Amino acid sequence: MVTVPSNTKEVVKPQTVISVRDLHKAFDGVTVLDGIDLDLYNEENLVVLGKSGSGKSVLIKIIAGLLPSDSGTVNVLGEDIVHLTREELQQLRLKIGFSFQSGALYDSMTVRENMEFALIRNKRELSRKEIDVAVRKVLDDVQLLDSIEKLPSELSGGQTKRIAVARALVLKPQIMLYDEPTAGLDPITATEINKMIVNVQKEYRTSSIIITHDLTCAKSTGNQIAVLNEGKILLQGTFKEVFESNDSLIKSFYDYNFIV
Amino acid sequence: MDKMKNQLNPRQGFLEFGKDFFSGVYKIYRFILRFFKEVLTSPYEVREIIKQCYEVGCKALPLIILTGFITGIVFTKQSRPSLSEFGATSWLPSLVSIAIVRALAPLVTALIVAGKVGSSIGAELGSMKVSDQINAMEMTVTNPFKFLVVSRVLACTFMLPILVLFSGAISLLGSYINVHGNELTSYHVFLYHAFSKISFLDLFSSVLKSALYGFTIGITSCYKGYNASDGTVGVGKAANQAVVFSMVIIFLEETIVVQFINSFLR
Repeated sequence: MVTVPSNTKEVVKPQTVISVRDLHKAFDGVTVLDGIDLDLYNEENLVVLGKSGSGKSVLIKIIAGLLPSDSGTVNVLGEDIVHLTREELQQLRLKIGFSFQSGALYDSMTVRENMEFALIRNKRELSRKEIDVAVRKVLDDVQLLDSIEKLPSELSGGQTKRIAVARALVLKPQIMLYDEPTAGLDPITATEINKMIVNVQKEYRTSSIIITHDLTCAKSTGNQIAVLNEGKILLQGTFKEVFESNDSLIKSFYDYNFIV
Repeated sequence: MDKMKNQLNPRQGFLEFGKDFFSGVYKIYRFILRFFKEVLTSPYEVREIIKQCYEVGCKALPLIILTGFITGIVFTKQSRPSLSEFGATSWLPSLVSIAIVRALAPLVTALIVAGKVGSSIGAELGSMKVSDQINAMEMTVTNPFKFLVVSRVLACTFMLPILVLFSGAISLLGSYINVHGNELTSYHVFLYHAFSKISFLDLFSSVLKSALYGFTIGITSCYKGYNASDGTVGVGKAANQAVVFSMVIIFLEETIVVQFINSFLR
């Protein structure tokens, strides 16, 4: 991995919340992740940029403990997820919000029930009224309070993604993982989602990993960009630093996204 | 390419098949073991179990009423010529009731539930799997196995005996209508003859094997749905396999259970 040299003077880096070292993963002999090293710092938005099939989604699923790794370490909030018991992993997951590419809202439940589902099970001390207040607050934050009684099938693509984020936020996580938050959305809705990601980071003080192949999303949401290619982190730095490099893959990304 | 090689090399193909078969059996064994482990540990998803019981019962009930009624009428109608040859049409109620209680009601009901509920469970869990809803449940610290699998398997296991009793009663009604229409038998006489040949063991074994068939439908459908892959194609495959495998296993179980019960009845 090449770290783009920063022009700024020595800066004290904040606390690391996710640290990935020498991560390897293969499916049926095909290497997907080949020695990934990655750090996410407190209250930072880290964008992992890469083309389809480069292993981006696999990476965050391993970080969330949804997929096992073949080798390497994944340290989340000071705990190595590889060695956690199921109960310990569940406790850790309470601090991680995951917004899936498809939204993954429960089809048979209304938006309200989707939101309450996690709260009822994990915050047993909350009264019915407190749960309702918490749900309404988060829905208001993503500007979809009027959709509270709707079913997922009645929502648009952008609304589904926003509700998915709201569902993750209702548990007040420290870390947010976004899997392709703008995939399949029109540019206007994608811009709204990008703004929402930035607002979430500011208001909920989360640290986030955003998986995307969308440069506009990367530019507007990321403090740091890591470019993933063929299972390796090719480059890491700020958006400006990464896209001032002369790497041909980066150029091709830029050309594709901005039709230069 | 590998497939082509296997086709050319039967020994290799056979070994691959054997490996896949036994790894599949091991996975099912692990799945069933996990079910019993989860069912015995708290927390219990009582509301979801009740909801699923309602779903299983309501989804299958109209079809069970229809098929149960027709089975009763048709079986009585088809049995009459053979019995009338010996002037034994008065045995129709007891013959029909024994057939219904011992075999027809549990088997027909189980097959209908496998088709109606099994496919629905396979498709629902399959679609939840491929659209990351099961992963989303994991991320919200809910045990998806307990919430989705345990509740559905228990619902099928609890509801099938009830549906079988219902189906049996409706079949007897159909049979009575046919017998009354032909032999003018009163319902008192019909019921007396129908129940005179049925023992407690008949009813008990019928209920017990219905629970076994319910468990089979639940666990097979959940296994297929929970392990679905390959997008929408995988969902269709899961729904289809849930029905086919459930039906095949039910027939195998019926064969074994009949042998087992007969050894008791002797």
